Amino acid sequence: MKALSQKRRHPLAALALLVLGLMLTGGLYAIATTVNAAKADTTTSSASQVKEGEKLFVANCATCHGVGASGTKAGPSLAGVGAAAVDFQVGTGRMPLQMQGPQAREKPAQFTTEQTRELAAYVATLGDGPALPAEEFIDGKGDAAVGGELFRVNCAMCHNAAAAGGALTRGKFAPALAGVSNSHIYSAMITGPQNMPVFNDANITPEGKRDIITFLNTIEAQGSPGGAALGSVGPVSEGLFLWTAVLGVIIGFTIWLTSRTS
Amino acid sequence: MSTITEAPFEPQTSAGRITNFVDQRVGGSGILREFGRKVFPDHWSFMFGEVALYSFVILLLSGTFLTFFFDPSMAETHYTGSYIPLKGVEMSVAYSSSLNISFDIRGGLFMRQVHHWSALLFVAAVAVHMLRVFFTGAFRKPRELNWVVGGVLLILSMAAGFTGYSLPDDLLSGNGLRIIDGVMKSIPVVGTYISFFLFGGEFPGNAIIGRLYMLHIMLVPAMILLMIAIHLFMVVIHKHTQYPGPGRNDGNVVGYPLGPVYAAKAGGFFFIVFGIIAFVAALFTINPIWNYGPYDPSPVSAGTQPDWYIGWVDGALRLMPGWLFNIPLEWHIPLPWGVNTLSLNVLIPALVPAGIVFTLLFAYPWIERWVTRDDREHHVLDRPRNVPTRTAIGVAGFIFYCVMWAAASSDLIATHFQVSLNDVTYWLRALFFIGPILGFIIAKRVALALQRKDREIALHGRETGRIVRLPHGEFQEMHAQLDDYKRYKLVGFESPVAEEGIPNENGIVTKTERRRAMLSSFFFEDRVAPATPLELAAGHEQHEAIEAGEDAKEVSH
Repeated sequence: MKALSQKRRHPLAALALLVLGLMLTGGLYAIATTVNAAKADTTTSSASQVKEGEKLFVANCATCHGVGASGTKAGPSLAGVGAAAVDFQVGTGRMPLQMQGPQAREKPAQFTTEQTRELAAYVATLGDGPALPAEEFIDGKGDAAVGGELFRVNCAMCHNAAAAGGALTRGKFAPALAGVSNSHIYSAMITGPQNMPVFNDANITPEGKRDIITFLNTIEAQGSPGGAALGSVGPVSEGLFLWTAVLGVIIGFTIWLTSRTS
Repeated sequence: MSTITEAPFEPQTSAGRITNFVDQRVGGSGILREFGRKVFPDHWSFMFGEVALYSFVILLLSGTFLTFFFDPSMAETHYTGSYIPLKGVEMSVAYSSSLNISFDIRGGLFMRQVHHWSALLFVAAVAVHMLRVFFTGAFRKPRELNWVVGGVLLILSMAAGFTGYSLPDDLLSGNGLRIIDGVMKSIPVVGTYISFFLFGGEFPGNAIIGRLYMLHIMLVPAMILLMIAIHLFMVVIHKHTQYPGPGRNDGNVVGYPLGPVYAAKAGGFFFIVFGIIAFVAALFTINPIWNYGPYDPSPVSAGTQPDWYIGWVDGALRLMPGWLFNIPLEWHIPLPWGVNTLSLNVLIPALVPAGIVFTLLFAYPWIERWVTRDDREHHVLDRPRNVPTRTAIGVAGFIFYCVMWAAASSDLIATHFQVSLNDVTYWLRALFFIGPILGFIIAKRVALALQRKDREIALHGRETGRIVRLPHGEFQEMHAQLDDYKRYKLVGFESPVAEEGIPNENGIVTKTERRRAMLSSFFFEDRVAPATPLELAAGHEQHEAIEAGEDAKEVSH
């Protein structure tokens, strides 16, 4: 202590103090930012991920989306589509596109989860967009009844009340939702892939989206209470079944009943 | 006055005493004697009327069960039953009680499915029965009125089906009612009044379910029962028709008497039909109302269709464009009391095709009677190929119906065959006009070709596939002659020729008569005459040398 007080007027003391203060502030700031970064670990990513993602992008996507994802005639610019869009399109196998057509079709995913994350990380750096959904909203533990109402009002006109899918104009369609992961359903709602409109948080709150996911999980898990569902596409499959299977069996019996005498 | 000459019958057993007691009071043995001897010919295609009757009995039984638990009230309630995804959701009492039947009443869902599947089967059996009657000419004199009664039954069964379909007050049936509401409102001037009268105000109101319920469980079934009674009464009076065959003519009926063989078969068949429906109802979902949710005028689900028998009207609505080229089909007509909207894009498809189908259906027996001037009684049926023009007309009508029917599922055709919905609609629009014409031409040609084949077989026998080398080196295929019973089927039919117009008593061929003559040539111009006995004799001679020993062989073709 004595030594410190003796040297307080040393010409370098001011400089030492300045360095100390700067180091302290800088250190605190560094700690604070790493804490922040840890919190948002699911949405932002490391520089190495971005770098790997860029490599993957150049090799697999740039043909249509252009170098730097600025878009070409064959594919749109990806600035601002966000990580959620990449996770949905690449994670469900829709991208890379198999062929041009009215709509990208689902197929086995071509990238691993890790590679998808890297691509998402890279695209997210191109501009602000919807981030990957937070875990709390895709846990499927919301209110199924509320979700059902939201689903019927917002989704059923294309996806069918039982989520069995439906037709849109000119070869486009709304796919069936059974077997789609909760995270992809959420991503689809916030990014509006293919011909789907965007349901932003002002439109359906994150809690509402969680309820919808819960509803979809519930009806998928419960199966069909009344027996084979015949595709859940309504009276057409019922009528077809009646005119083919049921009437066929009945005609079989009528032939059997009258065959002995004729 | 009268004296008893015979000793009264004294039964020995207790069963005999009871039977005798009843017989002396209601005369059961006389009824049994009369009906037990009624003869029914056997053919599988004669059993669809029975299928319809039995499905109706099943409908009455299962429907009665459902009325015990269904509440047709449109009062608002919150669901408290055991189906989790609808818990606490606001809905009508009608929908809530339908859900309770499905999930909280023992056997309720099974009975609902029995009721719905048998409803679909009922209308289908009626339709197939009518097709059989049409294509075999069973509607001819003396059965024209029974054909009309059958047509009324078809309409009533559709009405019964539609009123029942709407009762659960779910989203799907509510959308269907909304379409009916739209169709009613498209009727000029009075449409809105009819709609307001039916719904008790603006759609959907809170009266419609109760009203449909009354129609569904009282008026419509009562009318169906009455029509069935008239229908069966006329069957008894006319006796059953039979397919042509040796020993069968317009004066007899060849088959089994009702008792005991036919009664046992028919009774057993009821349980077979019931069994099939119960099996299907136990294993296959129909109308999963829990999927659709309560009715609310705002949402519409993809894949919204009516049950199959209303589908053709829905299909016509789907096919109709809103604009024809640059002309809108919705017109606003200024009238003294204000501007009225005329929605031809709804009015035309909803009423015109159904009007055409039912007008022709009811009028056809008279049209054909007028054209053919055939006033004789017919109890022997036509094989469809032997009346090519009628068969072709039937096929054209069938295709006309089926195109509209297919259009009702245009969206599902698009998704399941991965084609564009728009293209499906364009194709079906074209087929709506071209399909019946193509169907007519193809069916007529096929019928004529089959007749030619029959004639060929009657004249020359069937090909045996055995090649024989004659002494002078010629190779010839052996033909096997048919036996007389089989040959009769191929030659024993009428083939009218086209008629010239017949002058009336003043020697003038009237305009109506000229039209009749035109239709007559349309019907009978193309004909394949059945082989005459002379031709048959000539035909046989040709092959006589190689025919020996072939006659006894079973012939199938």
